[in-house]
Amino acid sequence: MGLLSDPSRRKVLTGLLTRLNTPICIVCYLAGIVWFMGLAFEPFTLRTYMSENAMGSTMVEERFSSGERALSLAKEFDAHKRKAGGMPVEWLVKAMQSRGLEVFTQSFSRKLPFPDENKERYMVRGTNVYGILRAPRAPRTEALVITAPCSPGNTNNQAVALLLALAQYFRNQIYWAKDIIFLVNEHDLIGTQAWLEGYHHTNITEYISGSLRGRAGSIQAALSLELSSDVITSLDLVLEGLNGQLPNLDLANLFYAFCQKLGVLCTIQGKLQRNDWDTAEGYTHAAQTMMLMVLKQACGRSWGDHGLFLRYHIEAASVRGINSFRHYKTDATTIGRLLEGMVRKLNNLLERLHQSYFFYLLPSLSRFVSIGYYMPAFGLLAVILLLRALDLWVHLGAPALAAVDGVTEAEQPSSPGVLTVLTPVVISHLTGVALYLLPVHLQEMAVEHFPVSETEAVVLTAIAIYTAGLALPHNTQRLLSGEGTEQGWKVLKLTALLYLAVLLGCTALINFSLGFILAVTLVPITASITPALYALVMVLLSPAFTILYCVFIYQELIEAPVSVSEGWMLFLSVISQGILDHALYGSLVYPLLALFIYPCWLMFWNILFWN
Amino acid sequence: LDSRLPLVIFLHALTPAAARDEFQEELVIRPLHSGDIYASFQFRTLWDTDFLQEGQKVSHYRLFPKSLGQVLSKFSVRELHISFSQGFWRTMQWGQPFIPSPPGAELWVWFHDTVSDVDGNWKELTNVLSGIFCASLNFIDLTNTVQPSASFKPLGLGNATDHRFLRYATLPREIVCTENLTPWKKLLPCGSKAGLAVLMKSEKLFHSSFHSQAVHIRPICQDEQCSSKAWELRQTLNVVFDLHTSGQGKKEWSLFKMFSRTLTEACPLASSSKVYVDITDNPELFELSPATPLLGQAVVLGDRRTYSVYDLSRAETFGQLRSFNLLLRDMLRPLLHAERYVAGFGLQTGEIHTVIYNNHPYRAFPVLLMDSVPWYLQLYIHTLTVTSKSRDNKPSYIHYQPAKDRHRPHLLEMLIQLPPHSMTEVTVQFERALLKWTEYTPDPNHGFYVGSSVVSALVPSMVAMRTNFTQDQPLFSSFVPVKEESSYFVRVYTEPLLVNLPTPDFSMPYNVICLTCTVVAVGYGSFYNLLTRTFQVDEPSPPLSKRLANLIRRIRGVPLLT
Repeated sequence: MGLLSDPSRRKVLTGLLTRLNTPICIVCYLAGIVWFMGLAFEPFTLRTYMSENAMGSTMVEERFSSGERALSLAKEFDAHKRKAGGMPVEWLVKAMQSRGLEVFTQSFSRKLPFPDENKERYMVRGTNVYGILRAPRAPRTEALVITAPCSPGNTNNQAVALLLALAQYFRNQIYWAKDIIFLVNEHDLIGTQAWLEGYHHTNITEYISGSLRGRAGSIQAALSLELSSDVITSLDLVLEGLNGQLPNLDLANLFYAFCQKLGVLCTIQGKLQRNDWDTAEGYTHAAQTMMLMVLKQACGRSWGDHGLFLRYHIEAASVRGINSFRHYKTDATTIGRLLEGMVRKLNNLLERLHQSYFFYLLPSLSRFVSIGYYMPAFGLLAVILLLRALDLWVHLGAPALAAVDGVTEAEQPSSPGVLTVLTPVVISHLTGVALYLLPVHLQEMAVEHFPVSETEAVVLTAIAIYTAGLALPHNTQRLLSGEGTEQGWKVLKLTALLYLAVLLGCTALINFSLGFILAVTLVPITASITPALYALVMVLLSPAFTILYCVFIYQELIEAPVSVSEGWMLFLSVISQGILDHALYGSLVYPLLALFIYPCWLMFWNILFWN
Repeated sequence: LDSRLPLVIFLHALTPAAARDEFQEELVIRPLHSGDIYASFQFRTLWDTDFLQEGQKVSHYRLFPKSLGQVLSKFSVRELHISFSQGFWRTMQWGQPFIPSPPGAELWVWFHDTVSDVDGNWKELTNVLSGIFCASLNFIDLTNTVQPSASFKPLGLGNATDHRFLRYATLPREIVCTENLTPWKKLLPCGSKAGLAVLMKSEKLFHSSFHSQAVHIRPICQDEQCSSKAWELRQTLNVVFDLHTSGQGKKEWSLFKMFSRTLTEACPLASSSKVYVDITDNPELFELSPATPLLGQAVVLGDRRTYSVYDLSRAETFGQLRSFNLLLRDMLRPLLHAERYVAGFGLQTGEIHTVIYNNHPYRAFPVLLMDSVPWYLQLYIHTLTVTSKSRDNKPSYIHYQPAKDRHRPHLLEMLIQLPPHSMTEVTVQFERALLKWTEYTPDPNHGFYVGSSVVSALVPSMVAMRTNFTQDQPLFSSFVPVKEESSYFVRVYTEPLLVNLPTPDFSMPYNVICLTCTVVAVGYGSFYNLLTRTFQVDEPSPPLSKRLANLIRRIRGVPLLT
């Protein structure tokens, strides 16, 4: 601070920062990217460890043995599902009652804002069935949830059957300290959302759902099961939840520990762990796994039923059975034992899971990158914006200083009025509001006038407004205040830079991946923007194109590359899914992009056409 | 009866000065419709004496436990009710219990109206009881004690209803185990050596779905004229055994399977010792072995029940009494039922929902709802709503005492009319307080408990009740005095709540201390420096040649160069 209170030294420092601004910025950007890519390198990451005492030291002995019975139950369930043409509610109620559970049902309905073409649904009506295993001598204050979605068609029968088999086995044990809720939900995420809202008596997403009659206190943890075949080769753990929330790392550790104990192959992001970290392939593998996690987290949607629990401070994860690695097989009994072990350890918890990390990235199941390690990567990118802002500030202030030093104080260069900055800011944000509101509200009109379906109407309206926004601001700005001055765009850029820095900083705190991806694409272009820059470069690095690139990279990473036209179709469905996720589950990525990031980008776009 | 008399006379002969006292014991076994078995023990000691009479010191104890008697007289207690329960009574599956109790520990005491320092007496009493029952009752202090104005009336003699002399507290977190059972058993005249108490093997009692033990002390009338006072001590123990887990699916049950003991004799000090088996539900499906010729009827909780009675004081009862083979059937839904939960998410606000069900098909009746909420949930009482059948239901009586931070909890009592066959929902919003860091429990992430709310009601009865107090009633049907023929008193407890409060990360206090100290030191220091320093324009120092010239000029005494 002595540095700043001494005016001459301060001058030297600012001089250094302005003179070397561009090199420093470039170095920071490269360092940020390199730092981020280095996170996947094994020697730089930490080994995962169980932090929670109650789960670490106490070992449990798994005795579940009715895996075969579960598989035959799956066939029975399948037959009843076919007969009922949907969820066999009565059969499930009877099956749970005969296993000694207290059974309740909840019916719900939800009209989607526009039809979901991926899953072919518009008006959704369904029923959730759940049974509560009351723990003996427990006062109904704590509960665990095991959920299995009742999916259409042939999928997930084994999960429901295993759930029932586990219920039967658990019912005969006396060691439960927490009630256990066995939930079979219809219409996957919509059912889960309706049940959670019913359980917590909230209504944030306009569901019409019946109230719940049976409750079991505050839910401590939840596991979601997805099994679709009799033989499982590996289990995949899904952690990414709504808005990029993650469950406590101890839950992942617990899963990993039991996979190790029972000799079950386990994957994350569908990728097995490799031991050759020192080879190029080994590093690429880890980097791909981590990149997949970053992309999934950034898109802010729930990648399984567990994702919706996280909002209610319930640690949850999905366990997904995968049948692909041919040479290795795990039977249903082992999977039942794995779940039994996990549930028993969760039952031993004295407090909610809180000891371990909530913010992390996983390059593999046994290695993790904590917030302290990945934040500098983002910090290095974000500091560029501040450095540029400082540079602009100094430049803007310099002529004024010269005027004070000079003899004539009357002829100051006319400082740009508030209006010149305010106009583009307001117009950009109004465009953002239009982008947020109009697509869903104008769909009926669009369907009337154009030969498109509702979903296409919504997506195309969004793209149209996005493109129209590119034409709007600079024209109006010029109309209002005539020819822009040099000073004018600099002030605007300064404002926009600081605005973007705040936006990205806040986003990265909540959802690091989203903040980082936006920073990677937005920072270079916004830092270097002048009215002389090519518009094409600017467009290619706009938020919409960022989404497009992410789609391609994601497809590349999951080893299902797509052609340009398929990629385009995927891009359209990603947009419609994003809008639907916002309406159905309260995902915040769409409003964030439409109401803040896009207007902010438009402010920079404005500078491009200043003269 | 005959075998008992000589003993009593003999004992009376030994202690001619002592007042009359007697001891009764009783076990009720009721198969529940969920397939569980409810076993309820009651032990009653009656003593025709008065602890609280001026100038009379009671020093000779026979059947009445001395430890409790001394406590009563020292603290001028008029009525004392204490219960310890592990588990939650599932009213919807099990119906009403004979004596209800909330999960954890509950203590309510009426003090005599001569007591001047009620709070002081209460504090000492809880500590003494804590020692007697080996429980954490010493955690009861003013922050969790309330004085309900209407919900807890004295159950014994006396009509003083000034609630200044009443104290009520619950500890929802209290865990009940063998160390609480042992002192409780020691209060019995026969201990666990003889009589029904032989069955109380803790290994089995705690291998159950529900366990509750209680002590109730109150003054009652000595006879029907009620000319003088007698003291009654009731010890009750209620257990629900889970047929599903330990029965391996077979619905067969016996005393030996339940308690891993059999009965061999009655307590020799007991004037009556009986086992009742509820055979009301479909008696022809029951097969009791040995069969008993004695059938008893009792009206309890608005329902006429039929019981097989085994009198342990008769010699012929013994011999078998080993196994009851029971077949079970559905039961009436409970007329009154209540549950409670916390709604909402996040750590800032929330909403407590209490749902009360009236399952009576055509009768409406009023209930008293009592809620005692700890101060760290700051209730927004203006958000209190009561709705029945989606219409506003205005309570006819509301008594609300707001909390004082760190001193006393909220107390909310309401008289609500429940329409027939309806669900009434009481909601109130709250804000979670930020505690001081020393106020957190050692396991703050477990959450903080809010005790059960209490619903007390006079429920319309399906059958006529007997109002006259006669001696030959079974103990389980005579605890709460019946004043009307057409209704009976029921108390229902809801489940306790577990609420999470905003909790700092205690695992890194060192980091936090270091970080904050550094930030404060660096930030404060430099800002203080900047703000207090006076700035001056720095004169550029003159070049060396000029300085040399000036030096020479000074020596010569000529004016200096500027």
